[in-house]
Amino acid sequence: MINLIIICFAGILFGFGLTLSGMLDPSKVQAFLDITRNWDPSLIFVMVGGIIITFIGYYFILKRQSPLFSDVFHIPVHKHIDKNLIGGSALFGIGWGLGGLCPGPALGIMSYNFIPALIFMSAMLIGLFIGRKFK
Amino acid sequence: MPIIDWANFTPINSLLGGVCIGLAATIMFMANGRIMGISGILGDIISFKEKDQISWRIVFVLGVLMGPFVYLLMFQDFKSEMVADTTLLIQAGLLVGLGTSIGSGCTSGHGICGISRLSIRSTVATFIFVISGIATVYFIGGKP
Repeated sequence: MINLIIICFAGILFGFGLTLSGMLDPSKVQAFLDITRNWDPSLIFVMVGGIIITFIGYYFILKRQSPLFSDVFHIPVHKHIDKNLIGGSALFGIGWGLGGLCPGPALGIMSYNFIPALIFMSAMLIGLFIGRKFK
Repeated sequence: MPIIDWANFTPINSLLGGVCIGLAATIMFMANGRIMGISGILGDIISFKEKDQISWRIVFVLGVLMGPFVYLLMFQDFKSEMVADTTLLIQAGLLVGLGTSIGSGCTSGHGICGISRLSIRSTVATFIFVISGIATVYFIGGKP
């Protein structure tokens, strides 16, 4: 139970951080990707802040034998750069550019702009489901 | 010629938002040793992967839905301007879903968590989806 409360808190913090950062604004995301015209570089700072904190956090947590509520750390084991990684990421980038939404913000924005977010989210879940079958 | 859009430049808010996201990723890793990747978590829920692990995933999703409400309580409002109509939203959503499942991750899983654990795969993936996004916005014309 305490595990779930902590995870819920992490989710709230994530959703709050996305909102504060500007990631829930598709027009800002597009302006971030629009480097040849009216470029808004703000979202670089989301990555900078996120990576610095997560890097430090992971570094110290991995000194432990295990996390608090699981026997092991669940870290992806794949090492190869394959066609799926490259092709999938390229497809994702196209969708990200077209809609200005990636999965986290698409979820967060459901609480604010429900109808468009629901349309995007439904299509995204279908894509997620089909993509897993394909892989 | 690139021009920086200073009127909408929000480095401090974006940095602090990123710090919150990083803290969330750290808390999740400390709690259950999982990578905070949203496409992975959503995909695992809908494909019923690891049925005994579904509760924390759903609770996390509910938390993410609550996050913007907490923001609204504190700061009244935030900007969120859609850039796509219904047809484009469907196309974009399908591409994001297909791409992140085939590519094993999205902005949070690869871009934040993967790079933070110095994964070459995630670094390559992030580079590709950012370049692909930039190319897409270049071709569709971006914001006037």
